[in-house]
Amino acid sequence: MKSNSSNPDLGIIKRKEMLDGAKATLPLIIGAIPFGIIFGTLAGPSGLSAWGALAMSVIVFAGSAQFISLGLLAAGAAIPVIIATTFVVNLRHILYAANLVPKVRHLPHRWRLMMAFGLTDETFAAVSNRFLLQANTTHAHWFYLGSWLAMYSNWVFCTGLGIALGEIFPDMTHWGLDFAMSVTFIGMVVPYLKSKPMWGAVIVSAAIAMATVGLPHKLGLMVAALCGISTGLSLHLLLKQRAAQESLHE
Amino acid sequence: MNEATLIFGMFLVTFSVRYILFAVAGKVRFPPWLTTGLNFVPPAVLTAIIVPALLIPQGELWVRVDNPWLLAGIFAALVSFWRRDLLTTIVAGMLFFMILRFGFNL
Repeated sequence: MKSNSSNPDLGIIKRKEMLDGAKATLPLIIGAIPFGIIFGTLAGPSGLSAWGALAMSVIVFAGSAQFISLGLLAAGAAIPVIIATTFVVNLRHILYAANLVPKVRHLPHRWRLMMAFGLTDETFAAVSNRFLLQANTTHAHWFYLGSWLAMYSNWVFCTGLGIALGEIFPDMTHWGLDFAMSVTFIGMVVPYLKSKPMWGAVIVSAAIAMATVGLPHKLGLMVAALCGISTGLSLHLLLKQRAAQESLHE
Repeated sequence: MNEATLIFGMFLVTFSVRYILFAVAGKVRFPPWLTTGLNFVPPAVLTAIIVPALLIPQGELWVRVDNPWLLAGIFAALVSFWRRDLLTTIVAGMLFFMILRFGFNL
């Protein structure tokens, strides 16, 4: 019997969407490889066991938060402080979720659970591009699944690889890999610095971080971040108000 | 065990942040100031981590031209402003740091 061409095989479409999702995420996955490896390598010297590092990548699956937790562990921060910092660092995902809500509203709950777990910077970038370029989004959740599965398996694999490398070359910690974390963060911050409020946020955050460095449990980090965020937000609102007044006078 | 508590706690806050809006699926709307404020979160947090790591790399304040962490950090920021590419910044910054530390023994 001939297959019905007006009702194409759903399995093929789903598989194609998954593959496309993985493919679209590939350049971002390649970018994540060094971070996974560095995370695995730094875990031991920071005071996280090999199994702890692997479990963190499997269960938490949040690159920058995992990095920061290592930095905090190494500095002797208390667990509640690390968890609170993780929360703050991952707050940006609310923005991603807010953006995706209209696209996931119709999906069953188990799909939304799965998508939430896999919501990373990389998958968000790939998926929003898919929504931007292709109008038909009936099976776009399979694209999402393909993207995050590729991202996830790579992240876990690279963590394991980093742990193994760290055990084989214990001297690696003396190679200046602690600087790798700083340099990664520098590369993440600089692209934000395009407006006065953003500069204000960063300068205040830096100054307060230095002033509060003596606080216990790395609490200074939270104080500095909150001061920076409020400065940025105040400047933003102030500039907006001034611009509105000027356009009124014209 | 401490590590289990840490990992479970990190999972809980990470997943909640990612899931909460999917769970209510758009029944809530953020006030605009909150949306704006969220934009400042990543740079503010990361800066608060970077700056002490560069200025106090080994337990004591070290603001001099022979501090390789500080020099390489400034270099990496310049590269990042110039190329706006994360991997280029990391590779160039690490190379510069290695040269300072092991080439010049700083």
